[in-house]
This record gives sequence, C-alpha cells and structure tokens, in this order.
Amino acid sequence: MLPELGQFALILALLLSLVQCVLPLVGAQTGNRALMAVARPAVAGQAVFVALAFALLTWAFVSQDFSVAYVAQHSNSLLPWYYRYSAVWGAHEGSLLLWILVLNIWTLAVAALSRNLPDDFMARVLGVLGFLSAGFLLFCVITSNPFARELPMPADGHDLNPLLQDFGLIVHPPMLYFGYVGFSVAFSFAIAALLGGSLDQRWVRWSRPWTNVAWGFLTLGIALGSWWAYYELGWGGWWFWDPVENASFMPWLIGTALIHSQAVTEKRGSFKAWTLLLAIFAFSLSLLGAFLVRSGILTSVHSFAADPERGTFILVFLAIVIGGTLLLYALRAPKVAGGEPFAGASRETALLVNNLMFACAAAMVLLGTLYPLLGEALDLGRISVGPPYFGFMFTLLMIPVVLLMPFGPFLRWRRGDLGATLRALRPALLLALAAAVPAAVFARGLPLKAIVGVAASLWIGLGILLYAFSRWRKAPAGRRYTPEMLGMILAHFGVALFVAGVLVVESTSVEKDLRFASGQSVAVGEYEFRFDGVEHAEGPNFSADQGTIVVSRAGTEVATLHPQKRVYTRTRQPQTEAAIAPGLFRDVYVALGEPVGSDGAWAVRIYVKPLVRWIWLGALFMMLGGFITAADRRFRVKAGMREPGTGIGEDTATRTDPGVPSRASPIPNPGSPA
Amino acid sequence: MNARMLPLLGFVLILALLGFGIWWNQHNDPRAVPSPLIDKPAPAFALPKLYEPQATFGSADLAGEPYLLNVFGSWCVACRDEHPILMREGKRLGIKLVGFNYKDEPDDAKRWLAEYGDPYDIVVADYPGDIAIDFGVTGAPESFLVDANGVIRYKYISPITPRVIDEELLPRIAALKGTTR
Repeated sequence: MLPELGQFALILALLLSLVQCVLPLVGAQTGNRALMAVARPAVAGQAVFVALAFALLTWAFVSQDFSVAYVAQHSNSLLPWYYRYSAVWGAHEGSLLLWILVLNIWTLAVAALSRNLPDDFMARVLGVLGFLSAGFLLFCVITSNPFARELPMPADGHDLNPLLQDFGLIVHPPMLYFGYVGFSVAFSFAIAALLGGSLDQRWVRWSRPWTNVAWGFLTLGIALGSWWAYYELGWGGWWFWDPVENASFMPWLIGTALIHSQAVTEKRGSFKAWTLLLAIFAFSLSLLGAFLVRSGILTSVHSFAADPERGTFILVFLAIVIGGTLLLYALRAPKVAGGEPFAGASRETALLVNNLMFACAAAMVLLGTLYPLLGEALDLGRISVGPPYFGFMFTLLMIPVVLLMPFGPFLRWRRGDLGATLRALRPALLLALAAAVPAAVFARGLPLKAIVGVAASLWIGLGILLYAFSRWRKAPAGRRYTPEMLGMILAHFGVALFVAGVLVVESTSVEKDLRFASGQSVAVGEYEFRFDGVEHAEGPNFSADQGTIVVSRAGTEVATLHPQKRVYTRTRQPQTEAAIAPGLFRDVYVALGEPVGSDGAWAVRIYVKPLVRWIWLGALFMMLGGFITAADRRFRVKAGMREPGTGIGEDTATRTDPGVPSRASPIPNPGSPA
Repeated sequence: MNARMLPLLGFVLILALLGFGIWWNQHNDPRAVPSPLIDKPAPAFALPKLYEPQATFGSADLAGEPYLLNVFGSWCVACRDEHPILMREGKRLGIKLVGFNYKDEPDDAKRWLAEYGDPYDIVVADYPGDIAIDFGVTGAPESFLVDANGVIRYKYISPITPRVIDEELLPRIAALKGTTR
C-alpha cells in the first residue's frame, strides 16, 4: 500500500510541476498577475509530494520491504541500518528521486528567498525550474519507477554493492547533487532574463549567490568522491579521469568560469553574452553528466545499468532543454558587446584568461570523455584516452591560471598598474624562487614536480596573503573584507593548498608491494612496518581476513593498522578495505592483497603519501569561499525591487565610475591609492 | 552567419554523436568489430614476460595449441570490469589464456594483478606497443582467439562477458578442437 502511495505522490508532483511550468510562464508573457501568482503555491505543493515519495522509498528500505523491486535489488536483511538510508540513492531509480528532491529544495529556496524580485522575472524563473522538474519526474514515472513491485516477493534482497557500503556514499551523492542541480538556478535566471529581454546586469547579481553556493556544494561533492575513491578503491589514487568523474568535473570547470565571469558582468557590464552562455553551459553539462551516467553509452566503474530506453529519454530531454535554450540565446542574446572598454593590464583581462582556460579545460575533458564514441562514429574503433591525455592537457591549460592568479585581485578594473602589482607581489615571487632554486640545485633527490608544486603553491598562497595584508593596511577598519572578498581569498588560498598537495603527492609518494610474512618488519620511507599476521573477523554482512600492521617511526609506534579483505555474505563479492593512518603532512596507507604461499604470508601494498590531505583541505577552503561569498549583504535584494522602475534605477546607481572607489563596488581598487 | 548560432550548432553535433552512441550500443551488441586480420596468421612476436623481463615468450612457444590473447592494462578502466569475469570463468574456456599487457608500467601491471588476481597462464608485456600495432589493437580490453596453426579466428573488442564466453568463444573453441583432433 505505502509504495503505491509513493508512486501516486510522484504523479501528483508531476502534475503540479506542469502547473508550475505552464501557468506562470504564460502569465509572465501576457502580464497576467493571477497566473504568475500560481508559481509559489505550485512549488510548495510539488515539494511536499516529492518529499513524501522520497520518505516512502526510504521507509521501504528501512522496513526492508523486499516486495519493492528496487529495494530487493539494492538491499538485504543483513544491511546495517545506516546503509539502509543511503541505499536509497545507491542505484539509478533512487538517485533520480534524490536528484528530483534536491531540485525541489533549490526551487523552494529560490521561491522563498527571492520575494523581492520582480513578479514577472520570478514567474519565469520558477516556470523554467518547473519545466526541469517535470522532465525528470516524467522520466522517473515512465522509465524508472522506484516503487515497482516484485511479485512474488523474494525472501531476501540481493544486497547493496559493497563498494557503496561506506560512509562516503552516505554523503557524497547528496552533496554532488546539490552542486549539479544548484546550477539550474543560474540557468533558469539566465533563461528568465532572455525571455523577459531584461539583459542588464541585474539578473547576474540576483543569481550570483545561488551560483556560488551551488559551486561550493559541487566542490565539496567532488572532493568527497575523490576522498572516497582514495580509501575505498584500495588504489591510493584520488582521481582517475573516469567518464563519470569527468561528468562532475566539467560542470565544475564551467561553474568556476561562471562565478568569475558573473563578477565581471555584474560589476562592469562586460562579458554579458558570455556569462549567459556559461550559465547555460554549466547546467547543460550537469544534464549531460546525468545522461552519460544513466545511458550506459560509456564504460565506467560508476555507471548505472545500461538501458537504451532511459538513454533515449534523457537525450530527447537534453535536446529540448539545451537545444531550446541555445536557440533562445541565438535569437535574444545581446548583439553588441556591452560594458566599458578595458586595457590589456586590467582585472577584466585576468578574468578573461581565467574564463578561456577553464572553458578550454572543460572542452578538453568533454572531448576526451566522448572520444570512444567519436572513434566509433568515425569508424576508428572504440578507443579510450586515459589519464596521460587528461593529465598532460589539464596541466598545460592550468599553467597560465596558476601564473596569473595572484595578479587578479591586485589589478584594478579597466586599467591596472602592472608595475605596482608586480611590486606588491615581489615578496611572493622571491620566496617561491628562494624555495625552488636551492631545492632544485642542491637536493638532487627531490623530483622537479614536487619543487614546482611547492613553488607554485607559495606563489599563489603568498600572493593572496599579500593581498589580504594590503587590504588590512589600506582599508579602514570594518570595511576591510567584505564577505565576497573574504570568500575569494579563502578559495584562492584553497587552490594553493590543492596545488601543493597534488604535485607533491604525485611525485614523492612511496609505494611498495611486498610479500609480508607474519612477524616480518620492513622499512618504507622513514617508516617501519611490522606484520602481525591475519585473523578472521566478522562484520554485520561480511566476513573478512583482517591484518594487523604496526607502524613505527624512529622506534616510536605511530599507528596500528587493520586492513581487511572482505567477502560480502550475500553477493560473495570481495572488497578490499585499506587501513589509513591519516596525518596533515603524510598518510600511511596499507592494503591487503592475496595470501601468498601456505606459511601465512600475504601480498601487502604500502603507501606513504605526503600532503595528500591538502588536496581535500584545499577543496574545503574553496567550498567555504563559495559559501561565504554568497553571504555578501550586497546580494540581498532590498524590498522595493519588485516595482520595475526602481529596479532599474538601483542598477544604474551601482555602475559607478571605475576610478572612484565606492561602497557599492566591493573590491575597490587596492593596488594604489585612488 | 550569426556567431550567436555557434553554440547551438556545436550542441547539435554533440547531440548527434550521443544519439549515434545510443543507436550503436543497441545495434552492435556483439561488439566484435571485424578485423582485417581475421583468418590471417597472427603476427609473430616474442615479448618479455611480465614477471621475468629478461626472458621472452612468443608465438613460437604457443605453436600447436589454440590460445586466447587478452589485451589489458592497469590504466584501463574497462579492464577492471572484465577482470572478475576472466577470474571466475576464464578456466571454462579450456585453452591457454595469454595476458597481453599493453602500454603499461610493469610495476603497475604487477600490482594490478596482485590486487585483483591473475587469471592468465602467462603474461607478456608490450610496453612500447609495437606488437599491438601488428595485431591491430585499437585499445584495451581486446581479445584474439588464435588457433593451433597460429591463425587469428576471432577478435572481440571491449570487456568479455559471460554471454560472449558462452555464445561466441566456447562454440568457436569447440570447433577448433574438433578440427585439430
């Protein structure tokens, strides 16, 4: 009975999403206020029914209702209670429902927090979001009903994929979806602007906090996924350039370009058409990612089971949403480049380089991801390009970004003073060189990559600290750091941590595979490992061989690690559980291989990974930066904006003369006294 | 032409490619792409063994018996999908399974096999990828069924599945054994 109620709730939500889409859009085009006013109640109603459906599916898992086919396939009576909640989004149908739930949460937030925006604009925004929701609900109801029954009811479920029975799966998909789906807000704001023809900077200012929050969530989601892959796949790797990883990385790259170009468009009026396009691309790539994951056309460790019907449905949906939007863009985007002209050395130029590089990187990843398909289409066979292609191309494209990044905040809008900026950045440059040159000359053992990594990290990190310091000295107390600026500082500092982490861990990790006999001791790097043998261990739904390895350094014990080789009871699927002694400056990572010989020896893999945590620490700083930026008071829409006249007046007022630092422009020109 | 149309055009091209992908996956289910080498003698090769790089192993050592040459690499994500099938069902083939480690660092390959198990009777390493070119390897995983006379009888691109073993490989292997006996 309850699962049928869930299905019924989904159908009601679908009907309400159609109402939310059609009536407000018609109302906005015809100026009918009654129709526009339908949007918010429809949003609320839809959210209630989607939440109900989600709760009912969760309940089916918690109460172990194996008559529901989806539950029977992805759960098991032995599954611990906490994984029963996360198993809801462990496969296609439930994760689609999670996607829809997240879209509804975003829509609800937009509807609730944007009460002061013009009615017709909001009607269009909510209408577009309703259209997206309708598409996914239709997809869910037609091809992927999570509530379908399996009769006769199986005695027990099949079990959740062991890789997914982990804390990482509880948090990674929801955060990722909050990021992916969050770009739908910038997307619908852009469409609303195109539909309404009000293509000034206002829509950009209104959408900026939403974009930054979505970007923050996406950053967190990707970092969690990378962290999960690191400890769960037993490889010690943190990024694999797998098609599905790429599917989340492309929206991130475009999103990164978008948050920067939105800043330019909002403050200077430049890059108007480009910002529109990026807002469209960011969410389009999220949709494309959903297609790649759910159609099964690319081979990936993450993909859900292939189903041509689902693939076709999403493809048609993609064609309508993205094709329609790009057509609208072609017809309505501003033909004339707006904004004030800017010199070669200006913040606009720096941000333009950022945008070009990130857009190129996204295109490069897209090309590499679709390469197997392209190979088939051109009759070259199914070729896949691996990490060498992505790693090389990505590094190449990011070199200008790393080199120019510290300049951005120091350069003034329109016409910057390159000499003054260089003088301000000189300490960072000198320190980076002072660290790199002696290391390269004297410490011959150090790989070049690590040295470059530390130097680049110092350059970016010190560059942004110098900027923070110059604000501290020059700006009056209380006005030193707006949230927007603080967010930028934190995010850029996060990049510095990330760069150091990546290059150091990639070049100086120590890896050792060995045949480890019980009682034997081995030195790896500066650590000593003692193998105390393997014992049998029982988990709730698996049994395992559990090794004990004592790690010590210079005679003192650092950690006792218990790596496991599990076999899950129901599926008989083996699973390696690495054991990690984490540390800010290094991780010690141990994974059990197979037993070797008959004397109790095992193949054991040992890694010592310096600075690996900095990769995710950097990502956390970036995420925090996104969230703090979004909290800037300037983005809060004042009451009174609903009247169209005052809205425009407000906007022209903030477009102040660039030479004069003003309160409305949050990053006034700090490079030299105005 | 209006430059504002360019994104739309680019998207239409991608859309066509994705549509092609769906169509191709539906209609080319037995993902065996015919190879010009089918029913031709397999290229002669002698490659270092993965576990004893100083010793070589090659077509001369395999003469007189059918074998399945399986191209893999630790860098290849699809090979990870294929691997458990080979581990579980490789023995069912009843012929020698030759691992062809393609463009891979030997240490990575050894670690990969230690981690997931080694289904192969022998593993050879083609780090430069020269022999792979002779075989017309387009990527990994790929598998070549070679008969006792050293003639390639069948080629399969992409991960081997139990269905491929039952419907494609086993009948052909049975036929090979029938003719040589």
